[in-house]
Formats: sequence, structure tokens, C-alpha cells
Amino acid sequence: MSSLLEAFGKAFSLMLHLNAELLAIIVLSVKVSGTALVIATLLGLPLSAYFGFKKFPVKGLMISLLNTFMGLPPVVVGLFVYLLLSRSGPLGFMALLYTPTAMIVAQSILAFPIVTSLSHSAIISVDPLIKQASLTLGATPFQTSVTILREARYGIMSAIIAAFGRVMAEVGAILIVGGNIAGFTRVMTTTIALETDKGNFELALALGIILLGISLLINLALHVVQKRGLVGVRS
Amino acid sequence: MKKTVLMLTAVLILTVVGSVFAQSEIICASTTSTENSGLFNYILPLFEKKTGIKVKVVARGTGAAIEMGRRGDADMAFVHAKEQELRAVAEGFFVNRHDVMYNDFVIIGPTDDPAKIKGMKSAADALKKIAERGAAFVSRGDNSGTNTKELSLWEKVGVDPKGQKWYLEVGQGMEKTQRIANEKSAYTLTDRGTWLATKDKDKLGMVIVLEDDPVLFNQYGVMAVNPEKHKHVKYTEATEFINWLISKEGQQAIASFKDSLGNHLFYPNAE
Repeated sequence: MSSLLEAFGKAFSLMLHLNAELLAIIVLSVKVSGTALVIATLLGLPLSAYFGFKKFPVKGLMISLLNTFMGLPPVVVGLFVYLLLSRSGPLGFMALLYTPTAMIVAQSILAFPIVTSLSHSAIISVDPLIKQASLTLGATPFQTSVTILREARYGIMSAIIAAFGRVMAEVGAILIVGGNIAGFTRVMTTTIALETDKGNFELALALGIILLGISLLINLALHVVQKRGLVGVRS
Repeated sequence: MKKTVLMLTAVLILTVVGSVFAQSEIICASTTSTENSGLFNYILPLFEKKTGIKVKVVARGTGAAIEMGRRGDADMAFVHAKEQELRAVAEGFFVNRHDVMYNDFVIIGPTDDPAKIKGMKSAADALKKIAERGAAFVSRGDNSGTNTKELSLWEKVGVDPKGQKWYLEVGQGMEKTQRIANEKSAYTLTDRGTWLATKDKDKLGMVIVLEDDPVLFNQYGVMAVNPEKHKHVKYTEATEFINWLISKEGQQAIASFKDSLGNHLFYPNAE
């Protein structure tokens, strides 16, 4: 119990006296996970729309595959990306292993199925009447798609938030492909794992609390964006 | 939203570009015991200041660290399993291997010493006794330097501990392994550095039950990845770091390193 209290105290004092090293770690965490999320969204959202609007064979199979990949163990993704980027692997010439870019690649792979699958769910749950109404009112198929995407935007936002939570909390993949190199590829979660290894439980827990705090801030920001969108539609 | 996307894309591009224009940096595959002790934090700034070469340390078990070098994912290795190192050199994956420093392993166990190891002189005999009594023993089980040493001791006394009820392979770093041994009232083999650095902090109710057997000597070595195997490795810079480590200056830096409790953890012994 005392160590829990100590951790909260430590987290608080760490936040008050944010040193440059810790700040760099936090910035890198947000940068890596944020970039991965943008990539996953840019690729996943159009794909989910395609799945939602078009009918084609093996669609069911592809969606089941995506749903399965939502549960990919990060360590497996890390190992896969490691073997891909290793100097002895097919993309070794790019010299990307143990760089933040490698971490972004791994996390994009983790985030992609979540964004795609959950966005797809949101798109197909839009009331079919909206599609009919839109078409009846003379909208082109493209305009209709945009209307449906607009209707589904809260679900899509939830999908993005879920994916963000997944990559921000993930440690297995980035530890393998990033190498947890001090000052270069060390992020919040790998620092927490390292400090736990070193037995600095209070510091590790304090970092965990800070990580949660950052996630809360980002989620609040996204919530504000959502709210604004709502007002815009009503007015 | 668009702005954020643009900004994040810019960040990504910068990251990619940044990694292309990296300065003089080498990747050193090393072990958790050296990294966690704080040794690198102490000596690397000295080397970087002198040469401008930045050493990036990726800490794994010795087995994984050597594998990183074999695959060309590191420029050099700083590890502690001499036999594995010499084998990797003989296979042509590494060159320029040198002894750098040493410390030693000790066997630790519960304070009440259920297998009555205290007073024994031979580490191998001690393990045999632990096996005979069926006293719990926690193994790293991760192909690390410590694990390699432990397995060589079992082999010496002809005991195959794998799969035995009293033998727990945990696959964790040294400090976690000690903690597990403590929770399970078990014996384990540890390096003196980790033991000294953590016994008080982790409130381990354990004691050293056997030490000073010459077989428990723990040699650390450095070696560069062979540039003939992997053309891209930074052999020159890696060699510069190796030469510094075994130079008078590097050896003094290692000797003067103390952990936060004031313990000397490593003793230089380069020739």
C-alpha cells in the first residue's frame, strides 16, 4: 500500500519537475503512436468505407480476418517487423531497425485492423434510410458515401480512439524493433518495463500514471472535437 | 484535424530523413546486467566526449545479443559468455574479441538454507546437493551469460534439471529472477553486481550461500561484427570503442564505476 501511495507522490513530483530526459521520452511516445495512428487511419478508413459500400466476393472472409488481426499479440508483430527490417531480412538495406520509424511501422500494423474493423462496423450501422434518402434527393454515389461517413463519424472516432489506446499502451512490439535505446528509441512503456526490471517500482508506476494522464488529455481533446462536430451539424 | 494530420505526416517524414542523416553512431548489443547496473551511463559519455562517437546500447541476454551481431543488426557486442563468444568468432561472425572486465557469480538462497549449502566450496557440488534434496532452484532459462554458466555447472555434475518439479525456468532478467527466487524460497545463480545493487532495494530475504569458487568467475568480453559478413557495419567506429575500452583510460573508467550504493561492480582485466 505504501509503495502505491509513494508512486502517486512520485508521479506528481515527476510531473512538477519534468526533466529533459523524461520529456523527450514522453514526446517520442506521442510522436510514434500518433504517427502510427495517422498512417493506420489514412489506410484503414478508405478500406473500411470500401468494405461498407461495395459488395464483392470474399468480403466476409476479409472482415473476419481483420477482426482476427485486432487481437494480434504485439510481440508477434514486433518479431515479424524485426525479421522484415533486420539486416539479414528482406528490407535490411533500409537500415530502419532500432529507429523510431521501425516502431511506427510496427504500431501502424497493430492499429490498422482496429481502425478498419471498428470503422466498418460504424459505417454499416448507419440507418439505410439515410442512403436511400440521399440517393432520392439526387446525390451522386460519392456524395452519398460522404453523407454516410458523416453519419458514422462518432463510431469512426471511437475506432480511432480505441486504436490509439492500443498503441499507446503497447510495449511488446516496440521493445523488439526499437531496442529501447536510451535517448533514441526509449518511450514511456519501454521505460516502465525497464524500470520494473530494475526494481524501481515506484518510478515505473509513476510513469504509468503519467502515461494514463496523457491518454486522458488526448481523449478529452478528441471528445471536444467530437462535440464541435455535433454542434456544426445541428446549426 | 487536417492540420494535425499534416503535422504528424511532417513529423514522420522528419523522422525518416533524420535516420538517414545519422551521425557517427554505433549499436552495441549488450546484456541487461551491464545496462541495468548503470555502467554504460557512466562510461559512454566519457567515450563520446573524447571521440564524438555515440554508442547506442540495446540490452538483451547474451545469447540474443550475439544473435543480433550475427544478423548484422548490431556493430559490436559487449557480453559475458566467453565460450559462446569464441564460438561466434570461430564461425567468422565476429572479429577483434577482447576480455574487458570481470566480476563473479554467487549462489544465493533462502536465509535458512534448506539444502545446507553454506560451508561448501564447489558450486557444482552445491547444485548437485540442491538437486538431491529437491530444493527449489530458479533458472534464468533465457540463454543469457548467467544461464549459460548455470547450465555448464549442471552438466559438470551430470544432472539434467529440465522438467524437474523443483527447477523453475523463468525466462526473465537477473533482478526479476532473484525476486522470483525470493518469493519461492528458492536458490539461484546470480552475478554479484546485480545482487549487491538490489538485495536491499528489493528486500530480498536471501543470503549468499556459496562464493569464491574459481568456476564462478564471470568474464565480460567485447567483439566487433565482422565487416566481411555484413558490409554495412561500422567496423572502424566499433573498433575505436573496443580499443578505448581496453586502453588504460577505458579500464580506469570501468574501475572507477560505482553503483548508487558505492559498490564496485566490475573489475577491469584487459590484457
